[in-house]
Amino acid sequence: MEQTDTFELGGRALTSRLFTGTGKYGDDGLIPAVCEASGSQVITVALRRVDLDKGADNVMRHIPGHMTLLPNTSGARTADEAVRIARLARAMGCGNWIKIEVISDNLYLLPDGYETVRATEILAREGFVVLPYMNPDLYVARSLANAGAAAIMPLGAPIGTNRGLRTEEMIRILIEEMSLPIIVDAGIGTPSQACQAMEMGAHACLVNTAIATAADPIGMARAFGQAVQAGRRAYLAGLGSVAALARASSPLTGFLDQEEGGI
Amino acid sequence: MTFLPEALHLATYPLEGSFQKVDGNEVLRAIGRDSLTAEGFLALLSPAASPHLEAMASRARDLTMRHFGRTVSLFTPLYLSNHCANHCRYCGFAARNTIPRTQLNLEEVRAEGEAIAATGLKQILLLTGEAPHKAGVDYLEACVAVLRPLFPSIAIEVFPMETEDYARLVRAGVDGLTVFQETYDPELYAQLHPAGPKRDFVFRLNTPQRGAEAGMRIVNIGALLGLSDWRREIFATGLHAAWLQRQYPGVDIAVSLPRMRPHAGDFEPACVVSDRDLVQAMTALRIFLPRLSVTISTRETPRFRDNILPLGVTRMSAGVSTAVGGHAKPAETGQFEISDGRSVAEVCQVLRARGYQPVFKDWEPLEASA
Repeated sequence: MEQTDTFELGGRALTSRLFTGTGKYGDDGLIPAVCEASGSQVITVALRRVDLDKGADNVMRHIPGHMTLLPNTSGARTADEAVRIARLARAMGCGNWIKIEVISDNLYLLPDGYETVRATEILAREGFVVLPYMNPDLYVARSLANAGAAAIMPLGAPIGTNRGLRTEEMIRILIEEMSLPIIVDAGIGTPSQACQAMEMGAHACLVNTAIATAADPIGMARAFGQAVQAGRRAYLAGLGSVAALARASSPLTGFLDQEEGGI
Repeated sequence: MTFLPEALHLATYPLEGSFQKVDGNEVLRAIGRDSLTAEGFLALLSPAASPHLEAMASRARDLTMRHFGRTVSLFTPLYLSNHCANHCRYCGFAARNTIPRTQLNLEEVRAEGEAIAATGLKQILLLTGEAPHKAGVDYLEACVAVLRPLFPSIAIEVFPMETEDYARLVRAGVDGLTVFQETYDPELYAQLHPAGPKRDFVFRLNTPQRGAEAGMRIVNIGALLGLSDWRREIFATGLHAAWLQRQYPGVDIAVSLPRMRPHAGDFEPACVVSDRDLVQAMTALRIFLPRLSVTISTRETPRFRDNILPLGVTRMSAGVSTAVGGHAKPAETGQFEISDGRSVAEVCQVLRARGYQPVFKDWEPLEASA
């Protein structure tokens, strides 16, 4: 099973379905060990924090060479800003994958669906592999698919809250209805929640805060890597259906099958 | 729509009685809530919250970690000019004080910028007094043009302007505005600002709003702690910040907690804000507004700054001189005395030793990249 279960995305065949991040670490020097422990092959980095000046402590130098870079447009408040950040990222040598974050609400950091679709349209046309962060809304998801997104990244809960899959039912609908890969992003606070997302049929999860702010980020990265694997295996193995009611060992309608004179 | 009606209502409201009425149970309920109303915030600022400071600190630490991680953004002020037409009774740069007045020319601005950039800093805060005929919008625009190649993020703490002037500076590359109300009490404000353009309480109160409307990414407000009862001032500051967050959700709203420091002149603070008080103020703000940026300056001592790091701080100044031209040459009279004279490298060393990452760059300028 493991040999064949690859995740094809943007022309790459990924064997890990856990995406990680670079934000909120007390020491970016932890990033290589987090990548290794988690098994992750894709890592997102906020372009706003990338400092290519000579002598600067550049986060990029901590990212292992085998990782696929997923620059994100953190800080963009409009489609226009997201597009400019994406172009800058490519010009700076960060590749052509881009995670679109268009957020003009600093309170809940909820993505702006309309602006996200606009940015997706422009960047997909320019040849980017576009992964938009979005509210799990079916109509927005369809628009993103039409705009050329390579996958969609619905939030489980607002960024950084560690509240888990609060949007579970909406994500379930996206998984059922969309042919694009679904990567659950934001809100996942525990490995069990990541596992749950994968059991539901999500194609991958992106986890940053829960790893970066753990007392032991490397240990937590390992735990998330295993949880995502376990959830994926459970999904592929086919989960048993969940019964709402207990099945009585002496069924109430059993008498229908019994002969006259029986008890 | 402005914050003025709420500010005026607050100014006449008998808040002292409200603070006194709070009991310990209300404080504990407020600490445990997911989101706080103004009443909950008031409870956390009350004297009854003082015995629960450890619980407040613990909650503030968790919220700060969740939303900002183990990172602290670093910046330093660059004083461009100390000419000032104001008569603020508490300020070393006030017009009546006979200190040497000076203003950097563009070559000196470049030298200051280069001296700061050599420390690795990427975020600066430009300061002037209030003398627009000497250091006005044209001058600031010219300074920004000189500094832009060195600093991806430039904020200003100058004199209140009209929206269109802020918009001009935003186009020039300014992305942050700092403006302190000093006090939210209009009567006290009038006493402390007896002459000069700063006398206009309302124009100053609406300044953060004008900055946000002009497109500033970060708007930093604050009250000068020591001028009057700190509980009232922090309550008003928190409500002002909350109002700005709601009105301008795309703007990063920040609060500074400046305590009065010795300065040129003879003004004595009306009240002393203790370390314990400041911790209560900061943790209450964090619990009330979990995503608020909180700035701590070098007015505070190294020991205090290092210890309050986990309790809500997200931005710190480092390698500071409060004198005009003080980065490139020996300092003359500063605006106030600083307590933490450590270099940028020394502050970074302490941050790292405490498990925090100093963040130098936090924005990528976009104007030239369309």
